[in-house]
Amino acid sequence: MGEVPVYNIEGEGGRIRVVIAGPLLVSTIAALDRDLRDYESEVHEVDISAAWPMDTVGAWVVHRFAETRCAEVIGASEDAMVLLEAVAGAESSADIAPQRLKIRLRVPEHVGAKVYEFAAGTKHLVGFLGSIIVALGSSLFHWRRFPIRALVHQMELVGVTSLPIIGLMSFLIGIVIAQQGAVQLAQFGAETLTVNLVGRITLRELGVLMTAIMVAGRSGSAFAAQIGTMKLTEEIDAMRTIGVSPAEVLVVPRILAAVLMMPLLGFFASCLAILGGATIADLMLDIPFLTFLARIQEVVPLYDFYVGMAKAPVFGLIVALSGCYQGMQVSGNAEEVGLRTTRAVVQAIFMVIVLDAFFAVFFTEIGWA
Amino acid sequence: MSEALDTYEPERAVPDYDAEYPIRIRGLTNAFGDFVVHDRLDLDVRRGEILGVVGGSGTGKSVLMRAIIGLQIPREGSIEVFGRNITNAEPDEVIGVRNHWGVLFQGGALFSTLTVAENVQVPLKQFYPDLDQVLLDEIARYKTVLSGLPPEAASKYPSELSGGMKKRAGLARALALDPQLLFLDEPTAGLDPIGAAKFDELTRDLTDTLGLTVFLITHDLDTLYAICDRVAVLADKKVIAVGTIPELLETDHPWIQEYFNGPRSRAAQASRERSRAKDADVASAMDKTGDSGA
Repeated sequence: MGEVPVYNIEGEGGRIRVVIAGPLLVSTIAALDRDLRDYESEVHEVDISAAWPMDTVGAWVVHRFAETRCAEVIGASEDAMVLLEAVAGAESSADIAPQRLKIRLRVPEHVGAKVYEFAAGTKHLVGFLGSIIVALGSSLFHWRRFPIRALVHQMELVGVTSLPIIGLMSFLIGIVIAQQGAVQLAQFGAETLTVNLVGRITLRELGVLMTAIMVAGRSGSAFAAQIGTMKLTEEIDAMRTIGVSPAEVLVVPRILAAVLMMPLLGFFASCLAILGGATIADLMLDIPFLTFLARIQEVVPLYDFYVGMAKAPVFGLIVALSGCYQGMQVSGNAEEVGLRTTRAVVQAIFMVIVLDAFFAVFFTEIGWA
Repeated sequence: MSEALDTYEPERAVPDYDAEYPIRIRGLTNAFGDFVVHDRLDLDVRRGEILGVVGGSGTGKSVLMRAIIGLQIPREGSIEVFGRNITNAEPDEVIGVRNHWGVLFQGGALFSTLTVAENVQVPLKQFYPDLDQVLLDEIARYKTVLSGLPPEAASKYPSELSGGMKKRAGLARALALDPQLLFLDEPTAGLDPIGAAKFDELTRDLTDTLGLTVFLITHDLDTLYAICDRVAVLADKKVIAVGTIPELLETDHPWIQEYFNGPRSRAAQASRERSRAKDADVASAMDKTGDSGA
């Protein structure tokens, strides 16, 4: 557009007149708005007869300038009058930002709110657990209504589709453990113990732990986002009205799927980690591939396998529970879905690691060392 | 001086444009895969009018709007907005047109993490970054009120607003740039009759005051009778008729006849006539009191 509006001051018979000329449009007004705001001396009349075209923003700037300085607007064309009246009628002095407390009040308020939130959250979580148990009970009781298709679908999503990524991850972890372990064990001349290292650590700890972390990232987040979005679009409310329990239809299949698939995935992960270790042992340590596998059978006690398999369903439960719980807590806007999804994953991984530490101590104490 | 101004042609649109038709659509074909929504559709929208667009569900009213505002890429045909073909224009070319239209989506489509005032300021900040924050705040305030919201609503988040208020907030954002062209997608759907009537009145008032051209998709017969200058009927993948409601009634297309002669249409028409009669009564009563006073 190029052209910008300008103003001149004319004095005539003791009356000071500000003459505004040029296009008063939202696209051209910025500089004039600042100039008029900085205008300090007296003014009696505002002449806008040469100001055209005009839109509501332009009319607003003229209106505000005249009003705050108690000046009269003259020379307005009919169209300009209509616009001036429209903006004058729409004037308001309401706050446009939500009220915020001063920082010294806001910090304690925030802390207090967090404490209350924590208390309410704990209560909710217990309530949620209760509702899941009820839902589980009632779906076993009304077994004809059991959402078997949803369960199979979730088992596929949680288990089958994550096989490639979990397999690859475990294989690489097996390689890393065997290779790094061999370097350290070589210092005692005990490279052959690499077999014990890989076999025991993967079956007992890492296979299941890494799988749980991967499932938390893949499926726990998906649970939270799916259920959270359904909450926002009122699908969950619709289910409740029809008499369908969201806990039965949405949460139970997901939790069962995770609980059932985790041991299988954990075992699969351990096996591939051992294969990875065997591969690197064959290539670097001159332990033949099949010898490595045969040795595994001899050096790994069966209870290592039991320890891993006992932990897996618990980890699955934790991951699915926190995903579904956070999803159900979504309310308000789209930002909340993202927030809750992140929280579901972080919470799940944290809980899994805490529980893993607990299990490690527990199983050693009962003699499964 | 003012006479000279009256003859001056206001150029509030794109500066090099002042033709009669802000929107010209020729031979528009839209399709999703094999499913053809529009087949060589033509439509002109006149400057300064409120054009109502009606049609059965699934006749592509929203698709037509999305095509005009560039969200749906048509398979064939041309769409001129302010004399500029936007169908295969470069993104930079469309920007010059984009800040002269405002769109109100069906659900309001407000940005849920921003307050109403911030929602209004988004397009202003996007196109005119050199505007002062003080002016931006003032604009947000008066646009909020202009759209029929209470002044305090400016500081609220969309999740704190009712459905009708969301629509008004959406309208405030659509009006943020003082557009020449306003697209309204079912503005009165989901509002109570009183709220819908007020929204209609607001649309008419703003159109007259700000000199807007309005492209209005609606199912609401009351809206059609109350505020639309012309109505375009979408059926058989085309615009089968455009005109005032009496003109449309003269055509013998079965869908138009059924639409405008159905029981709901007659009710809307009757209520329109009643309110007109009432206005006339009030006017004549006032004349009489004026006479007796003199």
